[in-house]
This record gives sequence, C-alpha cells and structure tokens, in this order.
Amino acid sequence: MTETMLLVPMRTAKQGVALNQGKLKDAYKKETSTVEIKQEDMDRLGLKTGDRVRLRAGTEEVIVSCKPRKEGKKVQDTATGIIFLPYGPISSALMTDGDTAGTGMPDSKHLIVEIEGPLAQEESDG
Amino acid sequence: MDSSVAAEPNIRVVKNATCTFCGCVCDDMELTVDLDQKRITKAKNACVLGKAWFAEHSVDESRPVAMIEGKEVSLDEAIDEAAKILVNARFPVIYGMSNSTSEAQRETVKMADLLSANVDSTSSVCHGPTGMGLQGVGEPTTTLGEVKNRADMIVYWGCNPSDCHPRLSTHYAVNPKGMYIPNGRKDRTVINVDVRSTTTTNIADVFVQVKPGSDFELLWGLRILVRGGKLNPAFEEQTGVPIDVIENLASRLMSCNYGILFFGMGLTMTRGRHYNASALHMLATDLNEHTHFVVKPARGHGNVTGADTVMSWQTGYPFGINFNRGYPRHEPGEFTTTDIMCRGEADAACIIASDPMANFAKPAIDHMKKIPMISFDPKPTPTSQAARVAFTTACYGINTPGTVYRMDDIPIPLRPAFESPFPSDLDILKPLVKRIRELKRAQY
Amino acid sequence: MSSALRIVNGKIYDPANNIDGEVRDICIQDGKIVESVPGDTPKIDAHGMVVMPGGVDIHSHIAGPKTNLARKFQPEDHRYDPHPGTEFTRSGAGGIVPSTFATGYRFATLGYTTVMEAAVPPLSARHVLEELEDTAILDKGYYVLMGNNSFLHRMLEKGRMEEFRNAVAWWLNASKAYTIKLVCPGGDEQWKGDKNATINQIDEKIHSFDITPRQVIKALIDTANDLGLPHPAHIHCNNLGHSGNYTTTLDTMRAAEGRKAHITHIQFNSYGGEPGKNPTSKAKEISDFINENPNISADVGQVMFGKSVSMTADAPLAWMLRHVKERKWINCDTECESGCGIIPFEYQQNVYTHTLQWAIGLELFLMAKDPWRMVLSTDHPNGGSFLNYPRLIRLLMDRDFRKQEAAAVNQKALLSTSLLDLDREYSLQEIAIVTRAAPARLLGLKHKGHLGVGADADITIYDEHENREEMFKTARYVLKDGHLFIKNHEFCADPVGRIYQVAPDYDKKIEDEIRPFFDEYYSVQFDNYPVFDTHVETEIVPTYPVQ
Repeated sequence: MTETMLLVPMRTAKQGVALNQGKLKDAYKKETSTVEIKQEDMDRLGLKTGDRVRLRAGTEEVIVSCKPRKEGKKVQDTATGIIFLPYGPISSALMTDGDTAGTGMPDSKHLIVEIEGPLAQEESDG
Repeated sequence: MDSSVAAEPNIRVVKNATCTFCGCVCDDMELTVDLDQKRITKAKNACVLGKAWFAEHSVDESRPVAMIEGKEVSLDEAIDEAAKILVNARFPVIYGMSNSTSEAQRETVKMADLLSANVDSTSSVCHGPTGMGLQGVGEPTTTLGEVKNRADMIVYWGCNPSDCHPRLSTHYAVNPKGMYIPNGRKDRTVINVDVRSTTTTNIADVFVQVKPGSDFELLWGLRILVRGGKLNPAFEEQTGVPIDVIENLASRLMSCNYGILFFGMGLTMTRGRHYNASALHMLATDLNEHTHFVVKPARGHGNVTGADTVMSWQTGYPFGINFNRGYPRHEPGEFTTTDIMCRGEADAACIIASDPMANFAKPAIDHMKKIPMISFDPKPTPTSQAARVAFTTACYGINTPGTVYRMDDIPIPLRPAFESPFPSDLDILKPLVKRIRELKRAQY
Repeated sequence: MSSALRIVNGKIYDPANNIDGEVRDICIQDGKIVESVPGDTPKIDAHGMVVMPGGVDIHSHIAGPKTNLARKFQPEDHRYDPHPGTEFTRSGAGGIVPSTFATGYRFATLGYTTVMEAAVPPLSARHVLEELEDTAILDKGYYVLMGNNSFLHRMLEKGRMEEFRNAVAWWLNASKAYTIKLVCPGGDEQWKGDKNATINQIDEKIHSFDITPRQVIKALIDTANDLGLPHPAHIHCNNLGHSGNYTTTLDTMRAAEGRKAHITHIQFNSYGGEPGKNPTSKAKEISDFINENPNISADVGQVMFGKSVSMTADAPLAWMLRHVKERKWINCDTECESGCGIIPFEYQQNVYTHTLQWAIGLELFLMAKDPWRMVLSTDHPNGGSFLNYPRLIRLLMDRDFRKQEAAAVNQKALLSTSLLDLDREYSLQEIAIVTRAAPARLLGLKHKGHLGVGADADITIYDEHENREEMFKTARYVLKDGHLFIKNHEFCADPVGRIYQVAPDYDKKIEDEIRPFFDEYYSVQFDNYPVFDTHVETEIVPTYPVQ
C-alpha cells in the first residue's frame, strides 16, 4: 500500500547514545533506519513492528524498518499521517531539496514522502 | 612477577567535570577514570546521553593520527597537505566547530580570516534562524540559574528535552528547588507545544498539539491575545488548536510571575524558520508588558553557543560569514554552508568537529563528495571517511582543557579526565595556521 | 633590533609631571621611559607634533556578554563599516559596537592604549577575559558587577560586614576583575522578581530583601576603600535617565561619607524636572557638589548626536527606552548577580531631551574646577561611539565651533541650560588631563598616563592641527610599551596588550559560606566558578588595604 505522508526527522535519546558509540556502528545505523509510525497508520497500512517500508522523496528512495510511535502517556495525540525518523544519513538522503529560502536552513523537518509497505523480504534485501 | 595477578587499577576521580555532549553543559559530573585503560568507567550525575558520551570516548590507539586518502601519514605531512588544499582553493569553506573549545574556535576564525575563506558553524542548520530572529527583533533571555530560582512557568515549544536535553528539566528548569521556587516542580507549570506528543509531554501539565507547519500562526494568535486583541476563528482551522485553548494558554502565560519559552528545531527547521523564532521572541517581549518573560533556544551540541559567541566577537556576526573581500560579510542563504555546497561553489572544505556528510541535504552532500575535504574528529564518521585529509583528535572535555559556552552563553571550564595520544583541535590548528601563513607569504 | 628609541623635537604635554607643551626629548628603553639613551639610538622626529601619553579610557563597553549580544544583533550596523585586515592586523566589523580586534585598532588609531570595560557579571568572567584577550593592542581590565548580588545582599541584611568584605574580595579574585561596579543597585532584583518593576530612590526597600540601595552603595564604597583597591567603587547611580534624578545622584555621593567613590557617566544622572516630564539641567548642582568634595570623581558620559546603543546592566532602563520607538530589544537576566538590557538608539539634534543631554554633558565639562576629577567618556556606545572623542575634544577646545554646533540643536532645550554662557575653552594640557593623566590616576595605574621616568612607554604623537577634531582623529605615531605600531598613520605591528586585575587578600573561611549558596541557587559548580589561573594571563595591580 502506498500513501503520502509527512516525514519529520527527529532526535531520540537512543540515537544520541548510539552516536557516541560511533556513527559507523550497528546501533546507530539501526536507530537511524527505523521509522516511527502512529499505530493507527500502521494498522491501516497493514504494518507490523519490524516490517520494511520504502520511503520515496523525489528521485530518492530508501528502505527502512518501522515500529509504532510511542505516544505521550497522559494525552490524546491525534497526529496521524506524520512519520518520524531519527536524523542520520538516511533522513539526509531524503532531504532532496537543499533550498533554504535564504536562511541557510533547509526545511529539514518537513519532508513530504511516499511510504510503501510492507515490502516482501526479497525486495527489501535488494 | 606473576602476570596472572591483576595489577591494582590506576584509578582517578575527577570531580566537577563537564559534560560537553549537549548544550546543557552540566558541570557537576563525577568521573571515575581508569588511567591504564584510558577510559571513564563511571559518570556520576550524568544523564543517559552523558553516560554514553563518557563511556564511549575511550582511546583507540590503533587509529592513525592522520590519514591522506585513507593512508596513514605523520601529523606534519597531513598538516602540510591540509594547508596546501586550503591555500590553493579559490573558495575554501570552513565549517563545524560546535564540538570544539572556544580556544580552538578562536584559532579557526583566525585561520578563516587569513585564508579569506568562508566560515560557518553548525548553527546554520540548528538555531541559525533563531540568530536571525534575534537580529530582527531582539530577545529577552536569561541564564539557566534564574530559571531554577524564579520560573513558575516553563514552556517547551517544538523541542523534546526529555530525549535530547534530559537534564534541562531535572537539573535546571523543572524539578529543582530555587530561591523563589521553594517546592520545586510543584511551584511550576509546564506546558508542551508540539506537533506530536513525546516523552516531554509526559512531564507537562498542559499539552497543545499544533498542526505541522503552523507554529507561526499559533504564536501570532497568542501575540494578538496578549496585546488585547480577539482571535478570528480561522486560527483554529489553521493551527488545529481550538480558540478556547489558545485563549487559555495566553492567559496562563500572562498571569505567571516569571515565564520562559524553551524552543527547538520544531520551530527553526520547519515552515517559517526565522519568522517562527522572531514570533516567539516577540511573544515573550509582548508578555513583558504583563509579567517577566524570557526565551531560551535549547541548543544542541556542547559548544555550538561558543561558536556563535566567538564568531560574533571576532567578526561581528554569528554564523554564515565570508572573508573573501578581506573583511567579514554575513549573509544567511549566501554564506551558509548548505547553500554554498548545494550551489556547488566551494572547491575545498575544512570540517572541524562536525559531520555534515551525515546531516546535510542530499545535493550538498553530493557536492562535498567532489571536493577535497579536511576533517577533524575523534571518531570515524561519514565526513572523515569522505575527507582527503582526516585528523584523529582528542575529545574536548574528556581529553583536553578549555572553555565551552553553555546554551545560555555562560562559559564553563573543562577538566580533562585522561590524556589522549591524539592532538586536540587547537594542537592541529596552530601549526596549520602557521603553515598557511608561510605558504601565503611564499605566494607573494 | 634594539628596543631603545628617542622621540625628539615634539611638544610634550605631560600634566602629571607639569610639562605643558615644552619641546623635550623622550627616551625609551625596554618598554619604559628612561632618563637617557645612547646617542646612536633610533629617533622619531616629532617636529611640529604634539606628544602625549597614550590615552586612557576609564569607562567603555568593549567586551563581554552584553557587548557581544549588542554586536550580534546589529548586522545592519556592521555592514556599512567593514574593517579590512592588513598584513599586520586582523579584519573585523565596525559600527557602533565593533568586533574585538577592530575595537582595539580603532582606539589605538585615536591614540588610546588603555581601555577599561565597564560592567560584566562575574558569572561571565571567562567570557569577558577571552574577548579582552582578542581586543587588539590595548591594555585593559574590567569592572565586575556587585550591586545586585544576592549573596552580598544577604550578608548585608544580616549586618555581617566582615563577611561582606571577605565575599567581595573573594569575588574580585574569582572573576579577575579590576574593581567593583554598581549598576542601579537593587534595581535588577525588582525587575526579575516583581514583574519588571524598578527601584528609583536609594532609600526604597529592595524586593525580597530587607535592605535599601543606600546600604548596598555605602557597603561597597567602604569595602573598596578598605580593601585598598586602586580604583574605588565605580557607580552607575539609581534612577538613571529619569527626570529629577539629580537628587538621587547627590544622595549617592553623600552616601560615600567622604570616602572615595567614582560616579560614572554622571551626565545621565544630572536631570531636574518632574518624573515622566521633560528634564531640565542640574549640571550646576552636580558640579558644585563635586567641586567641593574631593573624595568624588566622575566621568561625564557625553551624549553625541548620531547612532548609539544603550547597553546596560540597568535592565528597567532599557525597557523604558524600548517604549520610545519599540525597537528591537534584548534583555538578559543573570542568576543571583545582574540584569541587562540592550536597545539600539539614536540621539537627534531636534529632540528636546537629546539636546538637553548633550548640553548637560558639556556644562559638566566646562563647570568642572578640577579636570582631574571630571574625565572624558561617552559611556561608549551608550552616549555615542568612542570614535566621537575627537569631535568632543573640539567641542571643549573650540568655543566658536561649540556655538556653531549649538545653532543646529533644539533651541528650547539649549536655552534652558547655561551652555551658551560658558566661554571656557580647554587647553591641550587640560585635554591631556581628561583623556589620559586623570583617568590613569583615578584608576591607580601608576605607570600610565604620564611620561615620567619609569612610566610605560605608551605614547601618542599627533600632528598639530588647528582643527582639533582632525588632529585627534588619527595619531601619526603610537607606541605601546615602547613598541612603535602606528607609523605615519599606518599599522606596522600588532603588539599584544595586558589584562589587569586586582587580587585583594581575604579570609578563606568565607568560601565555606559561599559554597552552599552556590549549591542551592547557582547553575554552575562553586569549584568551576572562579577563573582558573591557567585560563588567561593577567597582571595583578597591588591593593593597599586599610589596616
């Protein structure tokens, strides 16, 4: 199934810990290649934790795994259609537009992507 | 001597050490250091990020101090090659600095001046837009101790300190007791504004969920209310926040004794960027007609604030600076590194203690792959891998002394835990500047 | 290269040694002025030129956190005034708050070689010291803010004066500062703690403390005298900028009770009139008091028309000024120590208040009987840039020029002052007093501000010119510690200046009291707060404590 969603790259404590171990190490690579999706979006797309999905922005595409987004404990969070991925080489690869509107800062936290998944095993290996 | 008996470990305890991982720059670390192993075995008072920072910065003596094209070379050879790359470039870019001491930053700007180079820090893809907001409308602000002592209203807007600056709440802003906040957390109200709930939402009294890309409108709506106006129902449609919620928020902000708005990339990296930062600064300014209100960008890297500070005092401008006319010029969008790389203008780059190859937009990374780069980093990164000349450096704060500026501009000293066999940024920059000067003199 | 030099044929103005325009040789060896040098020593021929000690500025805002914020938030001002580098010097930005290197070079171009930064909270000590290290050429030091210090307020509240004095001495050592600065004592507490309120009179109670500004002022003046600091407490009075504030100023000076005190930019505190209404000049009342009380010294804080920026630890003042034009505004609270406000500003000739301020400053200069105690400043950049000094000197030296300038200002304001009745013209000797000899003496810098044997060879040589503004704008030669670095108006070297500090003795037991206060109320560790000796190289100026 394919849908258009808003990708917001973000920081997580896990990513912060992992980058101290080293950006070329597995823990960092894993954390920065796991996209977080709201449970109801996961259900709609038929995704389970650990499934592989394709994210496409312009001519670029990456394959990442997914997991349900942890929400605040006390509040109703209605942010659907937004997915979150810890910053790293993968989120940068999807930042295909370097335009900064004269500020130096690209729209780093506002990437429109197509999400496709779950992918079959052979496709995500390729 | 019986080699099976472990020697008494050579342990040292460093009190009041400083963690330079994030902009909180907590200086109450108690480090237990195994001097034989050259590693920190315990970091008392550190948060989860700080613990990882201290635990993982051991010394890997198998790494070469310097490499050219991936091959080990002496430090002198690498410095000579780096100097030649920079002197021969027509548009050299110097970038990074946010994980370096202010002493090294001062030398970096000196190098840029000497080279007539472009110089920029990671601020330009962090709180650079906040700096532009400051330039446009000013900024009421404070040191973190005054938040601890006085703030009864804490707003976290577009930031998630529970994940990214864990001790901002526990050590400085929310939990501690202060001079006029005798009961700590109980005496404070915490409001979280974000596009989604986060771990920070869990510690907040109020959560306001704003539609992605409409922070500016929500801030402007609050300004209207604080200035005594009424809101058009369109604000609700635009921001996704019911009018009564905005009104309630405004009245809470106006009725506190001492309020602070902390904010993050949720404002600077989305639609509006510096307009968002300006709107937030103006909201706080307006609130000062009713009470005392301040703002504080939650800065990322340990000394990114120092980079802004040092560049401001040496050049007059905080980031995005070009010396190619023989004096500093500042223009975000023109002299900021992402733009220069995306336009394919730079023909060499010196990346100090940062990793643009992992963080920049795709077109910028594509250009950086084509030009000779020099990198300074304690660890291998995508940037060091792509660099023609790569220096392995000692880690600031863990191995090297100096000063860093906390997110509130307060200078904090470093107490190194153990010596590194690798040179500090400053140890490389000084001979590099000297070599550049020699080569430039020879050119005339 | 020999470090000896002889300056010949110049007219020497050295008021500290009673030399008033005589043609004499000045001999220099190893950075100092000496009796004589060998005959074959290299010479500078200063024929037709005026030789003075290097200028000494007692009060300017050139470095530190608020100066840097003012720099950072005015790119529009730097843009039109670039400061290119040379083979010998660093580049930078100019404007109302130049970058650090440019500040040093521009002061040096005017012939100044020593400048004091006027107000920094101790928590930012490392910051100001790092900036001062990057301020080219000049010798410098800074004054540390103590008038809104919560710990000191507590000591005072309990009447523990011995501990108060020890704590002040600890703070001076910890921050490597030069003297004690008071800015609107008690006012920042009100500002931060009581929803932006302020304090006006020195006998009002300070918010949440059972003391008054008068007690703070008296205690800090006494402490500076008791510790024997080279320069006494340096005071920005309460109620600054408000109509009717001259009584506050008189009260503050009386609070010194005969002991030494320095009132800074006193022009801003010499206003009559009703609060909230137009001010009037009370320059005469202020001058009379100072003329009669030799324990008091002051710098003027002259307002010059054109661009300025108000940057002050007096946060409520900046907030008041913000309401004038709603321009961009910075406020910065410093925990337990200070407040700060910054606002771009412009003094305009047609505005009543601005003209009045301009005229009051000139009145204060022209009414001062003892120029050794009323010295030159513009409170850079508050009253205008230090680059206005040459013009200000011309206003003082040239009555016709003064009248000509007065014709263009707000006449209603002008005529409410006595400026047009004051015919005095400063002599070159008096200019040498108010720009070098007197500030050096007030600062207790014994090797500065004069050309006697043993003095630091900081020397400025100006081409003599009838137009005094032109004359003082660019020195032909300037030497720092005997090192010639401006030659024929051009930089030929970039010598590094010193940083001065004081280090008065104190009873170390006070640290046991300050430490728990830090644990509770500061955001930095007590042990990390004092500037490490390894951080910056300073020269300690001796103190002479009262036994």
